[in-house]
Amino acid sequence: MTTPVLETRGVTRVLPGVIPVTLVRDVNLAIGQGEFVSIVGPSGSGKSSLLYLLGLLDVPSEGELYLQGRDTSTLDEHELAHLRLEKLGFVFQFHFLLPEFDALTNIMVPMRRLGKMNHRAMRERARGLLADFGLEDAADKRPGQLSGGMRQRVAVARALANDPLVILADEPTGNLDQKSGRNVFDIFEGLVDTMGTTVIAVTHDEHLSALTQRRITIVDGVIDADHKVNSGPARPGEPPRPELEI
Amino acid sequence: MPLALDIALTHLLTRKRQTAVSMLGVAMGVGFAIAMAGMMEGFQNYFVSKVIDVTPHITMKDEFRNPPAQPAAMRFGHGALALHGLRPRDELRGIRRAQSIVSSLARRDGLAIAPSLEGQVFLRYGSKDVGASLIGIEPDRQRLVSNLENDLTVGSLDALKTSANGLIIGYDLARKLGVKMRDTVTAVSPAGVILKMKIVGIFRTGLINLDGGVAYALLKKVQVLQKRINVVNQITMRLKDPDAAGKVAAAIERRFRYRTESWQEANEGVLGVFVIQHAIMYATTGAILVVACFGIFNVISTIIFEKTRDIAILKSMGFEESDIRSIFLIEGLAVGILGSLLGWALGYGLLQLLGSVKFNVESFVKLEGFVLHSTWVHYAIGTVAAMASAAFAAYLPARKAARLRPVDIIRGAA
Repeated sequence: MTTPVLETRGVTRVLPGVIPVTLVRDVNLAIGQGEFVSIVGPSGSGKSSLLYLLGLLDVPSEGELYLQGRDTSTLDEHELAHLRLEKLGFVFQFHFLLPEFDALTNIMVPMRRLGKMNHRAMRERARGLLADFGLEDAADKRPGQLSGGMRQRVAVARALANDPLVILADEPTGNLDQKSGRNVFDIFEGLVDTMGTTVIAVTHDEHLSALTQRRITIVDGVIDADHKVNSGPARPGEPPRPELEI
Repeated sequence: MPLALDIALTHLLTRKRQTAVSMLGVAMGVGFAIAMAGMMEGFQNYFVSKVIDVTPHITMKDEFRNPPAQPAAMRFGHGALALHGLRPRDELRGIRRAQSIVSSLARRDGLAIAPSLEGQVFLRYGSKDVGASLIGIEPDRQRLVSNLENDLTVGSLDALKTSANGLIIGYDLARKLGVKMRDTVTAVSPAGVILKMKIVGIFRTGLINLDGGVAYALLKKVQVLQKRINVVNQITMRLKDPDAAGKVAAAIERRFRYRTESWQEANEGVLGVFVIQHAIMYATTGAILVVACFGIFNVISTIIFEKTRDIAILKSMGFEESDIRSIFLIEGLAVGILGSLLGWALGYGLLQLLGSVKFNVESFVKLEGFVLHSTWVHYAIGTVAAMASAAFAAYLPARKAARLRPVDIIRGAA
């Protein structure tokens, strides 16, 4: 069995306080390369908290998280930040584009932080990403001049800037109309199919979650269900799906 | 351009007005600091150079710092004995063996020396009586210890020797009396001697004390006038290196025991005022910079408040605390740098403006306008202070911004 991209073992996250709040309890998951996973559940169930843990934005109180088989619990802030920069891409409900910069510059921000390419190459890559999403004309427009759907596509393009292993999306369609939301999920699907990127999306939209290959249901911070979505395209060479955890 | 710098400058450029206002605050602090420092140091340097130029660097007087010890106190120094009503013996005033002191000190390198007798007289001309301090001098020696000769507006020092009872008086004193060159005034001494004296010179130094209350005559004449034949009560000295006056004066006093004052000691009062002036100047400009600090703190805090979402996404993308901190520190420093450059212009402009102001003031010295001292040091001090306060003002909010946890913000924004 190939090493999963992301694997959790007994991950629990408790917010300390006078009355400690358990966000996520004893989560065991393995997500393989090129999987398209949706995390669903009622609001307040801990699905976003789980996504932040998977995205190394938050640190588990207990348990371990492995990224490409590497234990991340021993890493410090600096190393975690570098992993996020290099291996992960985020898309949130709100686009979080820098409002003063045009779309092209926004996409270049993570590349410039990583600094592995020269300026010209970064610009080329950013243009390519915009073109992939039909946003050629938006290159020199600032987020305020774009529609909600376009902004979210720019945000996806930015998440892809450093060619990440995993895209983590937190209610990426929450602020979009149905058509634009569907569009974003189509983009994710394309990424999974063509580039083998792993996409993990939190959503509460049943229809959109039906577009993914695997649906993980969270209730009260624990995995309630984890199963294949039938409509997901079967592809050769796909890593074996983990069994139902519960 | 480095990414942090790019983001920082963009933040500032999209808030032009706020940025300009806080920059102006810094500029005011720096500009006023430069102008005030130039003004004060200008005046102080002018005064000091005047003093060094015009007055003797060291003056030995016919008195001692401490009254002589009483025989009874010497005998029972540590005894349980209290004596009241003791009266020290009246000394005959004057420096004893003055000529030998003069000739022994005259051998020192870089030191010119002249004996003199100073005493109060009344100068009478027509219906006017004006009190003045009359100094008896030997022109050939005096010429070496003071600039009196250069300060003469009319007449000459040698005229003292050639005329019978020559008198050189200060410009303001002459005006008070209403006398001109070659007029004859009557000098009356406390000893009761009356002498007709002819004005053979008028000097003007710019120092109010001298111009308004001092006259010079030959030493011999003054000794006659004061009935103190062969007495000298002041020995004045001039050094090549005026800054060494304090040390040299102390050494001379140790040797001859007469009270010997350096020019610094003689002008202690004024020089003390300068210290207070400096303190006031730094306090004032410091206060302006503190206000400027609040401006910077305010604009950076506002930007950070507006930019929490940006901070969250940058951190989730892999920016670290230090990256975020440097973005906002750069913003503060940029305001500091641009503000202090603007402050240079402001300070320079203020100095030009002050330089063009004309007025007449007579306090310590006569002034007809501001004496300004402009040096790059003032500009540098202003900038260093501005940068330090800008960095401090930006650091506090920047540190707070760097510690923001992206998860908290993203949760809130959703």
